Amino acid sequence: MKKSIAIAGNSGPKVRSDCEIVLVLKTEGGINIDLTSKVKVLYGESIKDLVVEVLDFFGVKHADIKINDSGALPFVIAARMESAVKQLISTNLEYLPGFLKENSYTTTRDRFRFSRLYLPGNTPGLMINAGLHSADGIILDLEDSVAPEKKDEARILVRNALRQINFCGAERMVRINQGERGLEDLHFVIPHNVNLVLLPKCESADYIKQVEEVIAAIKMKLNLKNKVFLMPIIESALGIENSFEIARGSENVVAIAIGLEDYTADLGVPRTMDGKESFYARTRLVVAAKAACIQPIDSVFSDVADMEALKQNVLVSKSLGFEGMGCIHPRQVSVIKLGFAPDKTDIEKAKKIVLAFETAKLKGLGVVALGSKMIDPPVVARAQKIIDLAIRLNLISSGWMNEIPPIELKTLK
Amino acid sequence: MAMKTVINAAGRSVPLEINGKPVVPFKGVGKHKPEGSKYSPPIPTCSDYPDDGNKVVSSLEEALHKCGLRNGMTISTHHHLRDGDLVSNKVFELASSLGVKDLVWFPSASFPCNDSVIQYLEDGTINRIEGSMNGPLGRYVSEGKMKGTAVLRSHGGRVQSIQDGEVRIDIAVLAAPTADSFGNAKGTGGASACGVLGYAKADYLYATKVIVVTDNLVDLPCFPMEIEGNYVDYVVVVDKIGIPEKIVSGTTQITKSPDRLLIAELTASFLEKSGILKDRVTMQAGAGGTSLAIAVFVHEILKNKGWKLKFGFGGSTKYMVKMLEEGQMDFILDAQVFDLDSVKSIENNPNHVPYSVFNAYNYHSKGNLTSMMDIMILGATEIDLNFNGNVVTHSDGYLLHGIGGWQNCLHARNVILSIPLFRDRIPVIVNEVTTLCGPGELIDVIITERGIAINPLRQDLIESVKGSGLPLKTIGELKDEAEKICGIPQKPQFEEEIVAAIKWVDGTVIDVVRKIKTR
Repeated sequence: MKKSIAIAGNSGPKVRSDCEIVLVLKTEGGINIDLTSKVKVLYGESIKDLVVEVLDFFGVKHADIKINDSGALPFVIAARMESAVKQLISTNLEYLPGFLKENSYTTTRDRFRFSRLYLPGNTPGLMINAGLHSADGIILDLEDSVAPEKKDEARILVRNALRQINFCGAERMVRINQGERGLEDLHFVIPHNVNLVLLPKCESADYIKQVEEVIAAIKMKLNLKNKVFLMPIIESALGIENSFEIARGSENVVAIAIGLEDYTADLGVPRTMDGKESFYARTRLVVAAKAACIQPIDSVFSDVADMEALKQNVLVSKSLGFEGMGCIHPRQVSVIKLGFAPDKTDIEKAKKIVLAFETAKLKGLGVVALGSKMIDPPVVARAQKIIDLAIRLNLISSGWMNEIPPIELKTLK
Repeated sequence: MAMKTVINAAGRSVPLEINGKPVVPFKGVGKHKPEGSKYSPPIPTCSDYPDDGNKVVSSLEEALHKCGLRNGMTISTHHHLRDGDLVSNKVFELASSLGVKDLVWFPSASFPCNDSVIQYLEDGTINRIEGSMNGPLGRYVSEGKMKGTAVLRSHGGRVQSIQDGEVRIDIAVLAAPTADSFGNAKGTGGASACGVLGYAKADYLYATKVIVVTDNLVDLPCFPMEIEGNYVDYVVVVDKIGIPEKIVSGTTQITKSPDRLLIAELTASFLEKSGILKDRVTMQAGAGGTSLAIAVFVHEILKNKGWKLKFGFGGSTKYMVKMLEEGQMDFILDAQVFDLDSVKSIENNPNHVPYSVFNAYNYHSKGNLTSMMDIMILGATEIDLNFNGNVVTHSDGYLLHGIGGWQNCLHARNVILSIPLFRDRIPVIVNEVTTLCGPGELIDVIITERGIAINPLRQDLIESVKGSGLPLKTIGELKDEAEKICGIPQKPQFEEEIVAAIKWVDGTVIDVVRKIKTR
């Protein structure tokens, strides 16, 4: 026997863009809506219409609904309504808001993942404008930022957000829960064009395989073709020990991240600013990732007010070989991006190498040198990566080659 | 009561009479030019005042009594004590206990601390407020509960109405952080320092009777004399004129909201890329969280480029003070002070100069400071497709803010409104503003987190940012984007009854607010 009163969503003086719904199913009397909303004058009628529509969709004919709204957008209200209904009725139906066509893009395995912005999965107010902050990826988090009793409603909210929030080109990511719950989470996100799934507290390649099986089943059932990449997060000593296997756990693993709060807890040591205690784990993870040809991604930096310390942290991270870092506040995005971006000297050097290569190619020469130094193919490849990156970050223009005076080239016999 | 209305030059239906007095409908920007002379208060005789110059009386009640307080008078106060004001409410408490009725309260602004005057509106002591309506007071007025019709004016419009005699102040009750027994007074010193007293200038020059209320009586002369004692009738000494921590913020804080910071960053970037921000220009930004962040970003640009602002016009904040102290600004001209750093600065820094709205904003001045400003950063509650702006009502139709200096500031060379595209689902850009406060021809740029719209009247600005990489959109595109996210809002429903008149800077009626229809 299910309970008779359902409560979903959030309200309170600090809550914005959300609503709390109290739903009581009745056997007669029709639908009665008691709406308190700061936008009642402007959207009162449309909120009531939506509530009626959702109830009708789930076949509810008689109910008392109390809504305390702080400016929730329709997809949020719909999610809260669905969560409330599903606490009282068993159903596999899903009330899906429209899928924004702007969100139907795919991503590639080697795209940059410097900055990925974490958003708590049950806090809609932070989601609406998240796409505006130019993060490489946006993570809707179902794991640690969601209170245990809110896990179910967060799934529905995240599902609706994937359909309705414009991600503005950022890689669409979801962090699922660990273990069994995580596998269930996949059913709420995979059908809605998620580009990448983060797997927290990953300790074995075996778990990667389980995740892949579930994803494959969902895709087959719904005939989905979109690629879903994986980013396992290593947060324990065991995970570190298994990091190479995890990195090679599937061809869809494109990056591997480290989570230092849990890792240091696992070690039983405090997390310090200079991070000596995690030096081994970080470098080990970088080596595992590079060995598996995927991106190593560093832990988040949790002092959102200290931009200078963040900057220093990014520089250390970059010097260890990391290729990205998590953000817990949009203001961290630009610092992190700039930090991982190549500096002026890097770019100038890369320009010379690429130019030398292109010139040699034009002349039909096989081997290239710059000054007295021979340029190996990987050096050219790295230089080309830096140039591509600099162009994408607007540090140089795409026509940079025409802006450079010719340099001396010497071929090796 | 059916009221005769006409359509004014802004296309708004406005009455020809408010509170029983004839008014002039808005004629267009800069069109209304009254003739004749400025209003003069009755002529005093010095021999009526104590030879020893001591005008101290025992209480505010005695002072009001000696000023001849009676039914129907207009009482003015200033708002320099902001939300810590203990004087204004006291005046009406005394008036109420004396059984005086139908007063007009004419404050330079009201704050949440003034909500308690609602009881004096209820008991008939106050007929109406001619000033700003915030929070519960705005709600009270919007629901048609105030006996008279509210009149909202800009800071400059308030001075205009005093100078051309539209409002005749019977008694000005002016709180002063420091004063002497002759009535000379200033905004610094004492426990209730507020920095400057510029908003009280028109009041003490033009009121029939002037009462200075202080909690810090000093020996004559109190210097500098922001209020000159020879205009003052009585001085009252009380324990406390204000609650210090509510007069100025200990410290003003830039916004922490990532979206507001994005707006601020975009604004600074626009200023730089359009070439509006350059060496030796002048700028004014407010004290809201977004404005403060804009000041910080602008400061960075100035430092990087080695540029300097000629002056900034306050309300001053620690962020402006920092520009002054670090050499990116030559002067702060200041009409009000928002935080303790600014109070300290205006006391000690000779380049931080008090400058009243009397000089800065006033329609009857021989020139206008705001039209000399290069960069003006403002906000708004609504903007419509013709760039018309609203600052007094929200989209739900309720009065919630005063006009402040907003209308006056629209005369700057480049008027930029830095605002979120929607607030808690409420779109800021609408087909037509609920209440018209400023004509679109004076509003140049709207900067939101989702894009920048430039008024088509400013082709020069549109040209200046071509190819800049800034997210330029039309105002229609911005509106559509907001509505796609938020949904298309319903309109609030109004009754016929007019509850407030919105004056333009020249004293003409640009729009009215009607009573909310409550279902």
